Amino acid sequence: MVRCALSTRYAEKEMEIVDGLKYSKEHEWVKTDGAKAYVGITDYAQHSLGDIVFVELPEAGAELGAGDVIGAVDSVKAASEIYTPVSGKVIKVNEALSDSPELLNGQPYESWIAVLQLKDDAELDSLMDAEEYETFCGEQ
Amino acid sequence: MNKTPLYENHLKSGGKIVDFEGWALPVQYTGIIEEHERTRNAAGLFDVSHMGEIRVTGRDSEPFIQRISTNDISGARDGQVVYSHMCYPDGGVVDDLLVYKYSDKDYLLVVNASNTDKDFEWLEQNLIGQAEVKNVSGSYAQLALQGPKAEAILQKLCEYPLSEIRFFHFKPDMMISGISAIVSRTGYTGEDGFEIYINTEYAPSLWEKILSAGRDDGLVPVGLGARDTLRFEAALPLYGHEISEDISPFEAGLGRFVKCDKGVFIGKEALEMQNETGLKRLLTGFEMTGPGIPRSGCEVFSLGKSVGFVTTGGYSPTLKKSIGLAIVDIAYSAEGTEFDINIRNRQVKAKAVKLPFYTKKYKK
Repeated sequence: MVRCALSTRYAEKEMEIVDGLKYSKEHEWVKTDGAKAYVGITDYAQHSLGDIVFVELPEAGAELGAGDVIGAVDSVKAASEIYTPVSGKVIKVNEALSDSPELLNGQPYESWIAVLQLKDDAELDSLMDAEEYETFCGEQ
Repeated sequence: MNKTPLYENHLKSGGKIVDFEGWALPVQYTGIIEEHERTRNAAGLFDVSHMGEIRVTGRDSEPFIQRISTNDISGARDGQVVYSHMCYPDGGVVDDLLVYKYSDKDYLLVVNASNTDKDFEWLEQNLIGQAEVKNVSGSYAQLALQGPKAEAILQKLCEYPLSEIRFFHFKPDMMISGISAIVSRTGYTGEDGFEIYINTEYAPSLWEKILSAGRDDGLVPVGLGARDTLRFEAALPLYGHEISEDISPFEAGLGRFVKCDKGVFIGKEALEMQNETGLKRLLTGFEMTGPGIPRSGCEVFSLGKSVGFVTTGGYSPTLKKSIGLAIVDIAYSAEGTEFDINIRNRQVKAKAVKLPFYTKKYKK
């Protein structure tokens, strides 16, 4: 696990970035387990959204392409769409988030939004690793 | 971006700065929900220095203000504050404002930040008799101290018994911790509290003094995010949302601030007509009965037909549910009426409820 202290003035709290995951520029993370891909939002994302009060989950069975909307999160202030960084069929959604959306604030890396049946491993290569993501966040 | 005199204080307090209509202001410090709850249960301190202040002076100040405002200020006593709208001839709203009456020849108008220039021009264009308007926004910083502990906290810093300032009244010459201030018992949260106007140069030190005086009572600085959720729960209108050029005070359910019998004022004929022939649409409160959070601009549907739009929507930290305000065809405005809100292209069920969502805790 590495730590990334962002230089932006308002984001003085340290952002957590987890080694071994893949990251998108839209601040989603992907964790693979064989052909399964867990998708969630990063600590940076939850921090900039603020208190999350509602999560819209995808339908199990939906076929999604990389970059498609996989769900949405509402903070008190606004709604934001979440995009899946990888293609595949949704095989499981995290129903716990319907009742406890605040889990995304408290444990962003444990609170996956959906699990996809990974369609194309090569897509993972275009994503950032933890170190690259840390640099990316620092530049935001 | 414009900065208020408290910009550095916000950075120091960990404020997350955003661009609000050209002003660099904190949307939150620790979190919107926490700041919201602190204001409801203890107290919150807000920087509202971006608000506009316009001074009206001269012999004909009163008839002039009567002409541009919908509410009747003629019965107001010196030291009283009156909430009003300024309307266009067609009944649309130029702005909503607070009128502070020093005397019938001297008033301070407090207007919305983003409307200040527009309002000032409107006032100049409609001047009558011997009256003068002056945009004095740059001279004032404004703090709002709101919540059940507001009075006790502010009392630690001043000698004048604050309990003597009644709701919607003000003291023009208070001394707070050695700083001369205008203090009114007004606010935008649905709680008891005060709005404090001071010379800009004293703002940073007064901000810190109030925060330290209230620390043990649970006072925290509060950003624009919670300012919005607090006013929204109390169903207090926000210009550009519940009232606008296209939404009249009657349509927004604010007819009690329009006094058609007071004499001539701009917008009177159109508003009278609207009131007499019956309103076609009306602001209603609603709560979601299906999953989702409505947002400003979402369309309201009934049986597939568009019947209105959401003016403010969101999650209520106090009620812990998803609620909204919407302008709907009058037939759909009654309490209990069911309709659908279009949220990201999904029709989600909602029902009209009574306003306000949160019962105001004013000390009258």
